[in-house]
Amino acid sequence: MAFENLTDKLTKVFKNLRSKGRLTEEDVKVALKEVKLALLEADVNYKVVKNFIKSVEERAIGSEVLEGLNPGQAVVKIVNEELTNVLGSETVELKFEPGQATTVIMLCGLNGAGKTTTAAKLAGQFIKKGKKPLLVALDVYRPAAIKQLQVNGEKQGVDVFSMGDNVNPVEIAKQSLEYAAKNNENVVIFDTAGRLQIDEELMQELINIKENVTVHKTLLVVDAMIGQDSVNVAKDFNEKVGIDGLILSKMDGDTRGGAALSIKAVTGVPILYVGMGEKLSDLEQFYPDRMANRILGMGDVLTLIDKVMAETDEIDKDKEKDMRDRLKKGKFDFNDYLESMNQMKKMGGLSSMLGLMPNMGISKDELEGAIDDKQLKQMEAIVLSMTKKERANPKLLNPQRKHRIAKGAGVDIAVVNRFIKQFEQTQKLMKQMPGLMGGKRRGPFGGLGGGFKMPF
Amino acid sequence: MEKEKSGFFAKLKNGLNKTRINLLDGLDSVFHGFSEIDDDFYEELEEVLVMADIGVSTTGEIIDEIKTLVKVEHIKKPEDCRDYLINLLSDRLNIEGDQYPFEHEKSIIFVIGVNGVGKTTSIGKLAYNFKQDKKKVLIAAADTFRAAATEQLETWAERVGVPMIGAKEGTDPASVIYDALQSARARDVDILLCDTAGRLHNKKNLMEELKKMNRIIDREFPGIQRENFLVLDASTGQNALNQAKEFKEACDITGIILTKMDGTAKGGIAIAIWNELGIPVKYIGVGEGIEDLQKFDSKSFVKAIFED
Repeated sequence: MAFENLTDKLTKVFKNLRSKGRLTEEDVKVALKEVKLALLEADVNYKVVKNFIKSVEERAIGSEVLEGLNPGQAVVKIVNEELTNVLGSETVELKFEPGQATTVIMLCGLNGAGKTTTAAKLAGQFIKKGKKPLLVALDVYRPAAIKQLQVNGEKQGVDVFSMGDNVNPVEIAKQSLEYAAKNNENVVIFDTAGRLQIDEELMQELINIKENVTVHKTLLVVDAMIGQDSVNVAKDFNEKVGIDGLILSKMDGDTRGGAALSIKAVTGVPILYVGMGEKLSDLEQFYPDRMANRILGMGDVLTLIDKVMAETDEIDKDKEKDMRDRLKKGKFDFNDYLESMNQMKKMGGLSSMLGLMPNMGISKDELEGAIDDKQLKQMEAIVLSMTKKERANPKLLNPQRKHRIAKGAGVDIAVVNRFIKQFEQTQKLMKQMPGLMGGKRRGPFGGLGGGFKMPF
Repeated sequence: MEKEKSGFFAKLKNGLNKTRINLLDGLDSVFHGFSEIDDDFYEELEEVLVMADIGVSTTGEIIDEIKTLVKVEHIKKPEDCRDYLINLLSDRLNIEGDQYPFEHEKSIIFVIGVNGVGKTTSIGKLAYNFKQDKKKVLIAAADTFRAAATEQLETWAERVGVPMIGAKEGTDPASVIYDALQSARARDVDILLCDTAGRLHNKKNLMEELKKMNRIIDREFPGIQRENFLVLDASTGQNALNQAKEFKEACDITGIILTKMDGTAKGGIAIAIWNELGIPVKYIGVGEGIEDLQKFDSKSFVKAIFED
């Protein structure tokens, strides 16, 4: 592939290191040259990269690596640690004012960074935390920006305060606080207009808002796809207006997100959230250590674990063990298949899962090409068109039954045949490889009909 | 009219001012800060080019070529490299032939890109430009996904004074395109401008949706002058290459609109995209006003960047 992501790149670099066993000083330099290129291609700012490489080199060429038993791992560890150092060593939560006091949050950023969408997403998060948010429309310039906030607010079930586009934003901000007090709303979110950091007049507007209204947290929303300019943008917003936190938007794209490193390095401001999709619920906490892990090709396994923990608390452990035993014996039937599919759905569907999977030498594109969510739906329809007996005993499936199932699922008989064949192959595979099931990491997709379980 | 034109030009210069200053600062310190052409000089040059978002690989190519030139032409002084570099970069961006055929025949312009790059605003500005040229323009508001996107475009359509075909949020965008095509036929318009929802290029379903709209246009108006514009935010980093590649795969991109060139972003990604994918930039956005969309001219662009 012409455009590999940072994760792929570093995986390749370190694959070579691992295979060599012991590292020489030269190896470290070669590896770090690749790291440098990868980081630059990931849009990490040139100067930040230079410093980063320097600090890793200083540590790596020392005794730590050369005397270590597993030199490859040692370099990974150092790069990882240094990445985490830059990104911030721990998760920072947005702090609210104590008790019932109102917290005022102002979002700002360049045009098109995603402020309005993020504002609505934040409001949703705050509701979950037991807060009563108010969205305030301060973008009086962009056509229909107010309307956009109102529509999103309505979808989130959040009150939106607006005074149209003919009133000064400072005035709107002031009055919104009175409105919030009257309505017992304890988190006020200002959605400001997008602006260039060199636009003195509009930057002054933000300063004026801060001077006239108590703003507790000013958050900068940055498009994760931004290039080298990220440093200038963040620096200026921070110096002129003062920034307390960052939100990286559009992280669900294939951007390498180097801006996260750059901005953190330049401003020292913590990254609080990442935008992961167009749905209003797609806003996630930022975990610096996980981001570093992800960059190094270990996948965002931790996030995955979190998701599983949150969504499958109720999954019966015995049931899981039972299924594992059945798998070992190759007694995997269509009921188990449905069960695993449901679990996967709870965790956000296949494409969401794939994004979190560690790099296992298969590119994401390949996986996605092989299986997509639509196909899975089709398979589910096929299984649901079977009788209970058929599900428990796949051997019952004769041509007549298959025809009936095809009709029921609304698919061609060939699709049913292919599916059942794949299912049988998976069954066989599982019988042959009991080790696969008991090991630490089970093959996550044992063929198309494979019993997908948690991939770790 | 003459006065307005000079205002136009001043605007372009203003918009490019930041770009020029930044690159000049960098370049001048390279060309005048070194007394001889050595590794340090090349490293500094690399830094300047990479920091302009030209990208590692295109930067590498440029530096290799400069190195060769230095040998062949026996260049001794860093400042003499300057002209060679300007030539190299303007070659990278050189476009030949008529790049704006849609100006003199009936055509359909399909505007695509990721979220927040300025598609809707660009459509408003394009509509204004065409309207100034006395064209009969129709706008299709096929962003039925983002809240209030249609209202946003409607405001632009009213400002410019052109009709718009839209539908309520959640409508199948392909059906909006279809309606707009029928309406374009009935009204016999010169140019149909189609706005689409922002979509990340790695979202399969959304790219399929785009292909579908593209197919409908081809089916309803086979052989008509087509223009597919990819809108790119000038501050975008190397991901813009992925964007260009994926969108090109979905529907053949005929040109790029590089927006937000009035910021501090250097827009160097345009050089990388032209170098690697051969897609030319046709317009640049240099401000938030209705007149702030300019035709891209590679020569004056590079000159404006490097010359005083």
